[in-house]
Amino acid sequence: MLEIRNLHAEVGGKEILHGIDLSVAVGEVHAVMGPNGSGKSTLAYVLAGREGYVVTKGEIVYDGKDLVAMAPEERAREGVFLGFQYPVEIPGVSGLSFLKAAVNEVRRHRGQAELDAVEFLKFMRQKLKLLDMSEDLLKRAVNVGFSGGEKKRAEIVQMAILEPRLAVLDETDSGLDIDALKVVSNGINALRGPDRAMLVITHYQRLLGHVVPDRVHVLAQGKIAVSGGKDLALELEQKGYAMLGAKDVRAA
Amino acid sequence: MTGADTDTAALHLARFAALGGEAGGARARAMRRFEALGLPSQRIEAWHYTGLNALSKAALAPFDGTKTASSADDSMLGARLGAGPRLVFADGRLRAELSDLSGLPAGVRLLGLADARAREPSLVENRLDAEDEARAMRALNAAFAADGAVLVLPAGVRLDRPVQFIHFAAASGAAFHLRHLVVAGEGSAATVVETYFGAPRSASWTNAVTELELGRGATLRHVKWQDEAALAFHTASTHARLAGGARFESFVLHSGARLARNEIDATLADPGASCRLLGVTLAREKQHIDNTTVIDHAAPGCTSKEHYRGVLDGEARGVFQGRIVVRPQAQKTAAHQLIEHLLLSERAEASAKPELEIHADDVKCGHGATAGALDEQALFYLRARGIGLERARAMLVEGFVAALVDEVEDEGVRARLSSVVADWLAQAADERLAV
Repeated sequence: MLEIRNLHAEVGGKEILHGIDLSVAVGEVHAVMGPNGSGKSTLAYVLAGREGYVVTKGEIVYDGKDLVAMAPEERAREGVFLGFQYPVEIPGVSGLSFLKAAVNEVRRHRGQAELDAVEFLKFMRQKLKLLDMSEDLLKRAVNVGFSGGEKKRAEIVQMAILEPRLAVLDETDSGLDIDALKVVSNGINALRGPDRAMLVITHYQRLLGHVVPDRVHVLAQGKIAVSGGKDLALELEQKGYAMLGAKDVRAA
Repeated sequence: MTGADTDTAALHLARFAALGGEAGGARARAMRRFEALGLPSQRIEAWHYTGLNALSKAALAPFDGTKTASSADDSMLGARLGAGPRLVFADGRLRAELSDLSGLPAGVRLLGLADARAREPSLVENRLDAEDEARAMRALNAAFAADGAVLVLPAGVRLDRPVQFIHFAAASGAAFHLRHLVVAGEGSAATVVETYFGAPRSASWTNAVTELELGRGATLRHVKWQDEAALAFHTASTHARLAGGARFESFVLHSGARLARNEIDATLADPGASCRLLGVTLAREKQHIDNTTVIDHAAPGCTSKEHYRGVLDGEARGVFQGRIVVRPQAQKTAAHQLIEHLLLSERAEASAKPELEIHADDVKCGHGATAGALDEQALFYLRARGIGLERARAMLVEGFVAALVDEVEDEGVRARLSSVVADWLAQAADERLAV
């Protein structure tokens, strides 16, 4: 579903990603770990198409299509979802009208009929029930005045409603207490499925205790240093990122 | 032709002389004041950011009443009239057949100024001839104003529906001087909506003065929608005088005119009076929109809040000048002012000038002003959810403006203002796509 080949990318004229190769098959959940400054968030933004994150070499093939050539909104309509590390507050824009607009953009792109207000509410409530979350958050202005935990929960709700094929979750666990982490990881697990791939970006192992990945990749200095199974995360947690390069677990 | 005998001021002087009014009367005194002042130049500090050369050169004479609105104008006007009590004016004169005076509580007076002067002069006497030496536009209005709306609320009456004053400019090349008066008796409450618009090709000038008197404990919500035609000029001056415990809420939406200046003066004359001034400017192309306010804290324990937001596209220019005066006796004053401009184009320009004159020591006063482009992070966030660039821009602008529109108390008026904003944004998007 996602093929990243020899990806080089720069921000503000400085190369941050120095040749990443990564392949995620449909139905799989891959974790991308790494220390601060290793390029994890850059990778997330490059996948979502953020302005100023420039691909200088290599390619990203999503569902057989060239992702780099698409505008951010086209990627989203094609089924790419970025769960933001820092969800943006948008005063004056209600969560409901924002999500309804987003859902209908995606539906129009897929050739489906748009949902009217009543149909959208019904659809949204089904999704919330699935996640065992309340709709209170969506009635307010987008992310305005939300706590850190509420913002991350709202991202998961958006993911559920937009039904992406590829979800890139950028440090969705950062800043969460144990309870919020549980709610968020339950949400992620509920949205795992055979038609969906996920790239879970995280600094710590603790999220991966709840969301068990199929593969773990460790990013260091803009490159994938090691890849392995789910146990790699645990090993990193014990030994720290200093172990990188000391052991080749790619064969594991 | 821009000679002195053909400019707007000269045409007004000539018309006044031709009318041959009573030399010692109030109108003649006002005319002499205007003659001494002339149209304000940018050398006057209060007009530093707003130049009137185009208005002067447009050679606009006071409307002589000979031309009347066409049937096409009438149908355009009719389409805009909402339900409820209203006084409708076209080209500066009351159109009684389009007005609706029904359904008002007993004792409430709603009538045209010309009628009031002719038949019930006691209603308006001593209330319209306050002479403001330094204000040329008010003087010119006093010299020429023939009509306007008069609303008098007896003590304790609370109106549950807004009262509309509507002005439609049909004629071109003319100036209309309207004067409105609202007297809100002790403990009364009402919403008044002033609307100004015109025939699409009308190159005219509307110069309005609105006097608002709020009795003890009265609440007056004053909404103004300035939607003049693209070639029109609009200047207006609203003066609210508040007695003790009175509450004045103003909301001004500008969406029209090539040049508009709206002045609001609020005098908090007795303890416990409060006012809140909100405003939204939507301007594109070469529109120039100026909001100028003066809040006079003349008594202790009064509060004022001002929040204006402007959305400027194309080469539009937004001006806000806000003076807050706290007199020596006005202890325990709370005054706050916030001006925010959103610049949608690199050629748009915003000027904000707060002026705090504080002569008391136990006060809380604050002000802030910002101007900037749309938040790139918010734009990306919306796009990352599948919302296209134009739509995302519109949503952000709408959100910026909605925060203020949502403060309007009357639900019907609020809905109307929201739809004006949505229409403006849709048109802006169309224009961007057409480029």
